[in-house]
Amino acid sequence: MSAPSDNMPIPAQAIHSKPLLVRHLPYFIGAAILVVVAANMNFDGYVHNILLQATTFAIAVFGLSVVLGLCGQINLAQAAFFGLGAYAVGIGTTDLQVSFWLCLVGGCVISLLAGAVLGASTLRLGGHYLAMVTISFQQIVTLVMINAIWLTHGPDGVSNIKRPDLFQSSQSYLAFCVAMLAIVGYLVWHLPDTKLGRAMRAVRDNELAAGVNGIDVFRTKINAFAICALLGGLAGGLFAGGFAYVSPDQFSFAESIVFLTMSLLGGVASPIGSAIGTGLLILIPEWLRFLKSVPGLYLAIYGLFVILIIRFMPDGIWGFVSDAFARWRAKIKTPPAANALQLKPATIGGDIVLEVTGLSKHFGGLKAVDGVDIAVKRGGVHALIGPNGSGKTTTLNVLSGLYVATAGKIVLDGTDITHMPPHQRTASGLGRTFQNIRLFRSMTALENVEIGAERPGNTMVGKGDDALTERAMEALTFVGLGSRANELISSFSYGHQRLIEIARALASNPTLLLLDEPAAGLNSTEKLELHELLKRIAAQGLTILIIDHDMTLVSEAAQHITVLNFGRRIADGESMAVLRHPDVVSAYLGSE
Amino acid sequence: MDLALQLLFTGIGIGAVYALVALGFVLIFRATNVVNFAQGEFSMVAAYLMVVAVEAGLPYWAAFIVALLGMALLGVVFNLGVYYPLRHRTYLPVIIATIGASILLANSVLAIYGPQPQVLEGWFETPGIQVGPVYLDSQYLLIIGVTICLVVFNFWFFEKTLLGKKLQATSQDKEMASLLGISVSTMIMITFIYSAVLGGLAGILVAPVLFVSIQMGSTIALKAFAATIIGGFGDVAGAIIGGLALGVIETFGAAYISVPYKDGFAFLVLIAFLIFRPQGIFGERVAEKA
Repeated sequence: MSAPSDNMPIPAQAIHSKPLLVRHLPYFIGAAILVVVAANMNFDGYVHNILLQATTFAIAVFGLSVVLGLCGQINLAQAAFFGLGAYAVGIGTTDLQVSFWLCLVGGCVISLLAGAVLGASTLRLGGHYLAMVTISFQQIVTLVMINAIWLTHGPDGVSNIKRPDLFQSSQSYLAFCVAMLAIVGYLVWHLPDTKLGRAMRAVRDNELAAGVNGIDVFRTKINAFAICALLGGLAGGLFAGGFAYVSPDQFSFAESIVFLTMSLLGGVASPIGSAIGTGLLILIPEWLRFLKSVPGLYLAIYGLFVILIIRFMPDGIWGFVSDAFARWRAKIKTPPAANALQLKPATIGGDIVLEVTGLSKHFGGLKAVDGVDIAVKRGGVHALIGPNGSGKTTTLNVLSGLYVATAGKIVLDGTDITHMPPHQRTASGLGRTFQNIRLFRSMTALENVEIGAERPGNTMVGKGDDALTERAMEALTFVGLGSRANELISSFSYGHQRLIEIARALASNPTLLLLDEPAAGLNSTEKLELHELLKRIAAQGLTILIIDHDMTLVSEAAQHITVLNFGRRIADGESMAVLRHPDVVSAYLGSE
Repeated sequence: MDLALQLLFTGIGIGAVYALVALGFVLIFRATNVVNFAQGEFSMVAAYLMVVAVEAGLPYWAAFIVALLGMALLGVVFNLGVYYPLRHRTYLPVIIATIGASILLANSVLAIYGPQPQVLEGWFETPGIQVGPVYLDSQYLLIIGVTICLVVFNFWFFEKTLLGKKLQATSQDKEMASLLGISVSTMIMITFIYSAVLGGLAGILVAPVLFVSIQMGSTIALKAFAATIIGGFGDVAGAIIGGLALGVIETFGAAYISVPYKDGFAFLVLIAFLIFRPQGIFGERVAEKA
């Protein structure tokens, strides 16, 4: 699997050596120059308006790059959130005579709350519902803007919207908007490398795997959605102050589609792409103004663009560029971790790490698991075997929380986890791998393992990103893939992907490791290496519960075996004795 | 009471239209696992085709056939241009592409035909009949009649014919279906054609009741989608019951609560279902297998 030298301790430099702010200094210097230019250049009104529109729109499109690009959830109501922020500033500074700043913050809060509520009611249900519900929300907001005349002035819109005293001149206001763009852009650019950002990418790539690696999937999605709505509201507030006039047609469903197209064209996964897309789609229509003379033609071309981009350029313009960069970066070998991986499983409960009593899982009338007891002793390899359809994988799925138990109790290291969702079980010390590998496919091996290391309650990781990277590198080095940490998952063989999945579970320093058919699909050399790896893991005192068909692996690796058949436990005990048990022999070979 | 009966009749009539479009949604969803966001535009395009054909001097029945043939062709083009190239990708790119197609269709019609709403005559000369306290509009009677016939046809087609069984097999397990010699891409093509014709039929039937406008597609689609969720996503009977229920709720809401917010009731009912019974009336929860 790997050259022996990979596992030799080499004094390695931490990947990030300089403090974050110093490394990003060029960005801030560039942003400051732009702000100064915006404040001092004397643009004519037309150019100024285009710049102001591009700046505020880009902030709203950043929101889409968070929800759609990072988290993989759709939002077809960004113009509505934009409108909420705009009307908050519009109505607030004119009819209510409230200060601009208060209105801006108020608009952000309203958008944030609207986004969170909308997300909370729909995000559990998946993409199609979200798409339709956001369209509905968009329509409702437009209906209210047009019909609630006492509040919104109806189709006439709100005019004479005020700016803050500090930025009365159009140049200073533009400079202020550019500064806001730079700050938001920085935060969004940095987001993927934070804990929340990694969680979002994990959710986008594989929700099930994200859940069993300790990520609260539902909350992550709501966070992404709320951030998107918040940025929409902020952008709208800035837009209203800039143009001093808002009306319902500026925030229609068509505008939401324009935002979406900007995001897709530039590249949905990155704020740089968002900025490129926004700039292009504001400039191109200005060059093609004649198209606007025929109503509909202009939007028809937008629609066609959406189809063509999705078909031929799924990652947008920036996606092309950054892909090339990622391929170049993957060629750089990473030095393996300096220290060997330490596994220190928690020991709160007694001798028994996992105690399952009377566990049942029924699907309608089918009793897939029926009153099973399992007691896994601390510090050994325990195997769960049984013929096809005996309920092994169902048991594992109930243990890790993907299925809810019909009856019974699961106690992990003294904690009752029977009713916890998957991510809380992981936080309590459960790690697992999947029979059909579930890695986050758009991430590098290192990033995958970092998500495992980030599990809540992992005491083996120090504070900060460097400690996290170090832990992940240790786990990757432990399975022999330390030097290929920066490669994307797709460039690894099937056997290596399985090792990465194991490394991801190990990095979280679990109390109990569940392995779902780890030998499935491996060739005989790989199986041998897997066996060695299991021995090294067990040597560190980590308890393993393994499910497998491979009798050689099970009989050599496991000290204790539980046998299931037709959802019931038919044998349990020390390995050799169980394998000679007449019921087990007849279950596998059939009785005479 | 008389008003309530009258509203009930109108509600069922408009609900039948939602039900037909919802059926189109469900059929495509079952075959491809994606929601076609341009389903409503099928209705809109068909209504415009009908207007054009009638204005060109064709008799009503001939215009009807021409419009439906046009829809079948649109179904083919839509499948080849929007769905088929993306069939191996996840659902997100596909639904974004169908949204793009929806924008493209609506605005192309706008660019060609202009923003003024068009009027399409009803099928019958007689405007309607009075039965006791209730006035039965002939067009609504037609809509309800056609919907009943289509539901019966649908049942017969999917349960009793070989082609229907093949379509069902495709929607349930594409790999297995193709191993059994069913051409999956043909089945999906047939589904798109059938759904486009269904959506078109709904558009033509409802056109004399509403105005023929660019917005009619997205309005109907939104209600129809809400109907599929209320009925139970992916369930044929659910789509029909959900559509009828939504039509009735909306008509009563407009009469007794507020006319300007008529289009908002579908959304409120939808949100209530999403929170309290997301699996809908007939649906069941399904879990992804690990």
